[in-house]
Amino acid sequence: MTAEFFQRALIGGALIAVTAPLMGLFLVLRRLAMIGDTLSHVSIAGVALGFLINVYPVAVGLAFAIAASFAIEALRRTYRTFAELSIAIIMSGGIALASILFTVGRGYNMNVSSYLFGSIYTLDGTDLIVIAAVTAVVLAAVLLLKKELFLLTFEEEAAAVSGLPVRYFNVLISVLAALVISVSIKIVGALLVSALLTIPAACSLALAKSFRQAIALVVIVGEVSVIAGLWIAGIWSQAPGGTIVLVMIAALLLSLAARKISV
Amino acid sequence: MSGIPAQADSCHREIVALEQVSYAFGSQQVIENLSFTARERDFVGLIGANGAGKTTLLRMIVGLLKPDRGQIRLFGTPAKSFKDWHLIGYVPQRKQFNPLFPATVREVVLSGLYGRGKLLKRLSKADALRAEDAMDTLHIGELADKRIGALSGGQQQRVFLARALINNPKLLILDEPMVGIDAETQQNFFHLLRHMHQRHNMTFLMVSHDMEMVRSYLGQEPKQVSGKLSFYVRHSHDLEDCVETDLLHTLRKEGT
Repeated sequence: MTAEFFQRALIGGALIAVTAPLMGLFLVLRRLAMIGDTLSHVSIAGVALGFLINVYPVAVGLAFAIAASFAIEALRRTYRTFAELSIAIIMSGGIALASILFTVGRGYNMNVSSYLFGSIYTLDGTDLIVIAAVTAVVLAAVLLLKKELFLLTFEEEAAAVSGLPVRYFNVLISVLAALVISVSIKIVGALLVSALLTIPAACSLALAKSFRQAIALVVIVGEVSVIAGLWIAGIWSQAPGGTIVLVMIAALLLSLAARKISV
Repeated sequence: MSGIPAQADSCHREIVALEQVSYAFGSQQVIENLSFTARERDFVGLIGANGAGKTTLLRMIVGLLKPDRGQIRLFGTPAKSFKDWHLIGYVPQRKQFNPLFPATVREVVLSGLYGRGKLLKRLSKADALRAEDAMDTLHIGELADKRIGALSGGQQQRVFLARALINNPKLLILDEPMVGIDAETQQNFFHLLRHMHQRHNMTFLMVSHDMEMVRSYLGQEPKQVSGKLSFYVRHSHDLEDCVETDLLHTLRKEGT
């Protein structure tokens, strides 16, 4: 448990456990919970390309996720009342591209499953710096703009009428989500990123009475689940992505039970 | 009282002006060549069947949609370059918010202040006091820490009105405020609006399909009919001068 790789995993996990649930809360409140899945699948296509052209894969994945978030916004405006349509289209596009790139890369010793299910024990120094930078950017944005983000998620129309530049804010939320998702892939894997975004938000929505509480709760649930999940994985040599998500689901069941009691 | 009309006239500036505005969804012309002016202290009731373009018109006025043709001016400024959004209070349709949203009444009322001017700034003590004032004025002070979704329809409507009034707006826009609340609460709410209209320097633009309530206050005949939209207008001459007042404070003193 004191091994260097395990400590790196703990630090990386603890940072992601703040940002992913936080962005997830805003996405869930804007009814964009599924965007996490989409961006993560597009992001692995980028990661695969990074391997093929020998560029830092997380960076290529990040660029892909940001491009995808713009594409989603553009499609969302075209099909204004069918927000989920744009998400489904871009997701299948991402998976299609990733599957082709993985096939091309078969000869390159590319470990597909580590991107699908995560490989938190292989985090290196560069990964940690990237994760720390993303965490700093997301926290700064949320702290500086929390009033405006509240209004925007509560009611987009009222935000527009108050003179807020709603379009820029929408782009900002998508880009921040893309940043968080692409760095989360290495931690829990593309298939489970969406759990990190949505389950803490679900716990928080079951318990929170105010927006303030909701924000505090997602971070607490995220942090406790990631640390506990890593610890359990370490003791019983399980897949950390899996244990983290299962701990989160346990937290969700507890939250729902707690709500039943308090109501 | 002879001197009053001239003085009153001078403060009847134009608040919302529509000049030959047209809007179409694809091939379906929703609003065609509509011209209308709301002056200071008018109470405008906008009536029309579903699909008549009421909401489209409101969305154009608050800048969420751009007209295909024609011009919209707010407080004399073309809507495109209008910046003083704090002058406009907006009470949206209640169905637009998610009842499970984790927000307290206080948080929602305060959000009325989160405009362009407050971008990147912290809320001050004065802002917090204003929110308390607004909630007390509308008798929702005790509900301040309750979750908005746990309130009744009428209470929620008061929360949204408090949020719209916190900026002391000159124009209040209400989109179907009576939908989904019981008859008695509707009466109270409308009474409150009438009172504000008669005693304060405010202009109202209300979309409704409740003909009865609108006609009882704004008169039987519309001032203007354009396509499927009818505009009922009543002007208040009750104020004797145009001195600026802080709405929340005077409303409270009067004990609505």
